Amino acid sequence: MAEALRFHYDVDGDNFTSAGAASVEVKRKLRQLGFDAETIRRVSIAMYEGEINMVVHARGGSADVYVDKNSITIILADSGPGIPDIDLAMQEGYSTAPDNIRALGFGAGMGLPNMKRYTDEMKIDTVLGKGTTVTMKVYFTTGKSTSSAE
Amino acid sequence: MKIREIASLLGAEVLCGDYLLDEEVQSACGSDMMSDVLAYVKDQGVLVTGLVNPQVIRTAMMMDMRCIVFVRSKRPTPEMLALAKEHHIAVLASDSRMYEACGKLYSSGLGSEACANG
Ligand SMILES: Nc1ncnc2c1ncn2[C@@H]1O[C@H](COP(=O)(O)OP(=O)(O)OP(=O)(O)O)[C@@H](O)[C@H]1O
Ligand SMILES: [Mg+2]
Repeated sequence: MAEALRFHYDVDGDNFTSAGAASVEVKRKLRQLGFDAETIRRVSIAMYEGEINMVVHARGGSADVYVDKNSITIILADSGPGIPDIDLAMQEGYSTAPDNIRALGFGAGMGLPNMKRYTDEMKIDTVLGKGTTVTMKVYFTTGKSTSSAE
Repeated sequence: MKIREIASLLGAEVLCGDYLLDEEVQSACGSDMMSDVLAYVKDQGVLVTGLVNPQVIRTAMMMDMRCIVFVRSKRPTPEMLALAKEHHIAVLASDSRMYEACGKLYSSGLGSEACANG
């Protein structure tokens, strides 16, 4: 029976140094599962951008990745400030990142557009003052299913 | 171009990944903003940057890059080098500035898809 594989991670909002560790782990797992390099890159880059966003804009959150028969779903949920204008946030170059974040190499305003471009579906649910949940889906066709799990 | 040639063109010190020096790379990306680097996958094998923190290594990992060149005499921390070693990424350090380093690599024939934003 093909049950979805699920990976769960807590993303620490106080630790910029470890930000992205969950995405690195997912990349490793997808390699073990035998996915092609292109699918792995799309999933891990999109998740990495989202993970960094949770750390720099929302004081951390959680990441869940589901591997199904023909798709990989990434759900990033935080209890941060929310996004006031999603259309604006989705524009290339739009960023509210302060100077201290820019000095760390983030704040080009490219993260959300990158996430959209690398995934087949992306949905942002956000409530001001409550938090944001980003759901992304990548479909794959190369016949990899959960049956190839370790 | 071999990573070895990049090191010699830039007079760079090899900080880790000696065994990768004969690897061929097709193109490079130069930037201090990581999401610019992550924006387009075009088989860039090399990241040229003046930014120093572990996200540089993770960004290169996400892009399946083989080599990172730190410019402007920047030095990675031991933790960053450990991360790079674990993921088989060669790390070079050069005294060149970003513009000069990218210019030298570009004019020596390293892929024209290079992007310079930093
Ligand atoms: N999880 C989040 N919570 C609150 N605001 C967010 C979140 N993710 C993104 N934003 C808002 O959307 C803006 C655009 O995000 P995006 O990832 O595109 O750019 P950035 O993070 O500012 O810079 P870059 O990703 O290029 O380093 C951010 O500057 C921020 O204002
Ligand atoms: Mg971002």
